[in-house]
Amino acid sequence: MKAANRAIEGPIRAAAGTPMNGIRSKRALLRTIMNVVLRLANAAGLLLLVLIFALPFVWMLSTSLKTLPETMIFPPEWIPRNPVWKNYVDAWNTGPFLHYMTNSVIIAVSILLLQMLTIIPASYAFARYKFAGSGFLFSIVMVTLMIPSQLIFLPVYLELSAFKLLNTHLGLILPFASSAFGIFLLRQAFRQISDELIEAARLDQAAEWKIIVRIMVPMVKPVLVTFALFSFIAHWNDYFWPLVMTTNETARTLPIGIAKIREVEGVGTWNILMAGNLILVAPILVVFFLSQRQIIKAFVYNGVK
Amino acid sequence: MARILLKGISKTFKDETVIQDLNLEIKDGSFTVLVGPSGCGKSTTLRMVAGLEKQSGGEIWIDDTCVNDTPPGMRDVAMVFQNYALYPTMTVRGNIEFGLKNRGVPRNERDKLVKDISEIVGLAPFLDKKPQSLSGGQRQRVALARAMVKKPKVFILDEPLSNLDAKLRNQMRTELIQLHKRLGTTFVYVTHDQVEAMSMGDEIVVMNKGAIQQADSPMKLYQDPANLFTAQFIGTPAMNIIDMQGMKGLNIRSDRPVGFIGFRPEQGLLNPDRPVEGLVLKGDILTRESLGAENIYQIRSDAGTFFVKTFLRPLEPADAVTVAVPHDQLYYFGPDGGRIYGAGMQERALIAGGAIV
Repeated sequence: MKAANRAIEGPIRAAAGTPMNGIRSKRALLRTIMNVVLRLANAAGLLLLVLIFALPFVWMLSTSLKTLPETMIFPPEWIPRNPVWKNYVDAWNTGPFLHYMTNSVIIAVSILLLQMLTIIPASYAFARYKFAGSGFLFSIVMVTLMIPSQLIFLPVYLELSAFKLLNTHLGLILPFASSAFGIFLLRQAFRQISDELIEAARLDQAAEWKIIVRIMVPMVKPVLVTFALFSFIAHWNDYFWPLVMTTNETARTLPIGIAKIREVEGVGTWNILMAGNLILVAPILVVFFLSQRQIIKAFVYNGVK
Repeated sequence: MARILLKGISKTFKDETVIQDLNLEIKDGSFTVLVGPSGCGKSTTLRMVAGLEKQSGGEIWIDDTCVNDTPPGMRDVAMVFQNYALYPTMTVRGNIEFGLKNRGVPRNERDKLVKDISEIVGLAPFLDKKPQSLSGGQRQRVALARAMVKKPKVFILDEPLSNLDAKLRNQMRTELIQLHKRLGTTFVYVTHDQVEAMSMGDEIVVMNKGAIQQADSPMKLYQDPANLFTAQFIGTPAMNIIDMQGMKGLNIRSDRPVGFIGFRPEQGLLNPDRPVEGLVLKGDILTRESLGAENIYQIRSDAGTFFVKTFLRPLEPADAVTVAVPHDQLYYFGPDGGRIYGAGMQERALIAGGAIV
């Protein structure tokens, strides 16, 4: 509201400064009012969006601190009277959560590293080299983006089981060793870098790998960070593939562990379940807050050369 | 220090021939400027010398080595790009020493070279800044320093001043001339600006449509153009050309047919005090441009519109004027644009809109 007030002051003063032509100042006043209304509508719209996105999180947080009877009260109470921190301990104790978390970290980080290793050279080649069949190969990469994983999980499962990779970390990592989305994203970023830069590096006697590592990759860093974040979140939260690939605790990840709370505690222990969910998303929130600036930069980077 | 020799160079992009059978010698230690309108093949020629573009045919020699198959980094050639092409993620120091690092120059030697060069181009206070935080002129200096620090045999500059404002451009022009004197390295410079070419080069190569029109010293080029294109490309305003087609009564002695007659704007005498032996044109002044020491008039006559330039004389107030061009200041060209030497005019012949006195 304060900002809006400040916005009003400016035009009004300007209107008063003009020669006291009645119609003109009335018009100026009308325009100012319209301005304020528009600003308020804009703010209201944004607030609504924030509510839509934030409400589930707030509810999750609130429920995770309630006793079981409290979760059933209608209308719901947003702030529990006596926050029950013990829910977190209970959730943690329903299964080997430290083990799950270690698995999740190993798998999400390994996937990320492998993806970096594959998508950087691949996207660089697609962006910068003309080779026979490059267009065809790239379209194959793009096609894989359109195939839902549910469609191919069975053959991939059979393949990995033939290699005796069920219930192993490798079985959860290898299917995601590359990413079509990442190749696409990075290829676009590499293509925007001017040829002259590469030519200058060639004249500076830089080997091809050095051009990639020292010049090209640092220039696409914001895009790379964004992709890393997407990838990390997707595989940290992934439920489907770990469910398919694991039948015992060896390689199980956090999302499977959280889902198991329901089996252990019986249906309806929402407070424990929500506490488990918060344990699941907390690391992601931390990563997100740490790299927020980089992400925003990645989206506005294209305009700033 | 190196001499560059281009032998029968040609370049085709897909079906389009950009350069055909180009032969050129760039002298050791010269400041050679390739100049021509955009699309004439000058940049392509330069890029082939640098090795960034592979010629479709012919040989490129630097000193006594044929560099046809030498990669760009090994040709001992440094280049300054039009858009500077600085590495945005590296500091100024990183930019300058990148080439040295790749050559495996040890650290203490590198530091010394970077320090020396940054003092020469006045970048010492900015070594740890990123290029984005520098002004256009400073970026240009970084690009120069990056090229100079490698002590190349050949220095290649592709329109390096076109992104600078007029004042800075003039300043950098003189700095580049001094730099060339100091280094004594062969400079090959590409520009579309003939003023830049005239003021900087000691050897100018005028190109058009992928062919060399003339390669000469600036004054020779100006005073003795080999063809119509060079005559019209060099000089501001350009040489006045009178098309002989439809021109009657002009009696020219020549063993070849004459298509065009030309004269430099400053050789046209405006309302001469005494009779002049030569071409006399009568016309009306359309516009007057006063630049202080010199005035430029655009004059319309029956022979066409042309320019006359006068020095240190008051602005001509009259509208109708007579312009006389002495015989020895007239240039004759064939219908194909080639220069004709040894042609002259029959004296006292009358032409439409003008007279020979």
